[in-house]
Amino acid sequence: MSDVLGFYPYIAVAILLMIGLYTVMAHSNLVKKLIGLSVFQSAVFLMFISLGRRDGGTAPIAPMEHGHAVVDPAIIYSHPLPHVLILTAIVVGVATTAVGLALVVRINESYRSIEERDALASDRKVDEQLDQAG
Amino acid sequence: MLDIINVSLLLMMIVTALAIARLRSLFAVAMLTGLFSLLAACVFVLLDAVDVAFTEAAVGAGMTTVLFLATLGLTRSREKVTPKDRAIPAMLVAGSCGAVLIYALSGLPEFGAADTPVHQHPITEKYLVTSIDETHIPNTVTTLLASYRGFDTLGEVVVIFTAGMVVLMLLGRCAREREPDQDARAKD
Repeated sequence: MSDVLGFYPYIAVAILLMIGLYTVMAHSNLVKKLIGLSVFQSAVFLMFISLGRRDGGTAPIAPMEHGHAVVDPAIIYSHPLPHVLILTAIVVGVATTAVGLALVVRINESYRSIEERDALASDRKVDEQLDQAG
Repeated sequence: MLDIINVSLLLMMIVTALAIARLRSLFAVAMLTGLFSLLAACVFVLLDAVDVAFTEAAVGAGMTTVLFLATLGLTRSREKVTPKDRAIPAMLVAGSCGAVLIYALSGLPEFGAADTPVHQHPITEKYLVTSIDETHIPNTVTTLLASYRGFDTLGEVVVIFTAGMVVLMLLGRCAREREPDQDARAKD
């Protein structure tokens, strides 16, 4: 634990991951679960971006001279590849969240509740009635 | 100096995440999710990922919040009190997961170091230097996204298309034509 300071983004990532995971598991509300999942996701994004960061670096955009991009070896850049991967991941994350929320809307229409427990209890009741009828 | 701003922003993110986990009013939680994304965008700017910050601010803070609010408008906005029987196992799992993560993450090279595998790999040179001669695009992230890793982006577009189709199938007109079935279920 000598130089915790050199690892502070990773510690923040671990704490955010824990909070997200806890929200997903401890809550019965489906919207709350999805929000917990997006917190979890943001923590992963943060980890990738931290890995690409370099001290004294700048955003990976080359300077322009006379309308042309030029290579200047004196400039230190942060690594662009994690940025590209996370750009893709953010957009895919929103798409999957949209699917999840659409499912929540359908569940609410069928069960009149967005609580996981209510839906499971309602399913159990139907099963019991079917057992009694058969 | 930069580290102080970074640490305080990360602390704000953690506090916001804790508030998200605790609050039961889902409208407040949806707005806090927007705040959380905005804080994440600020951190991304400080970590030199300006394109990611752009996307996070537009898509994360803007679109996701709207999606959550729209869902709450169609369903209900108050979370029921969840019985506490799940809290302790969840805390145990999350806590042990976090402990393993902190152990593993402490094996990573120090934050911001230049001699890490990420920065020493030959591909870094190709992306940061050769790509400018090859494509003449100043923004390396754009070059990577659109040309070097164009197939990734194509895959992303396929995923978004699929997600759009699934949402339409779930909520569109075809899904609504099964109403009698649901009435029977409601009577049960």
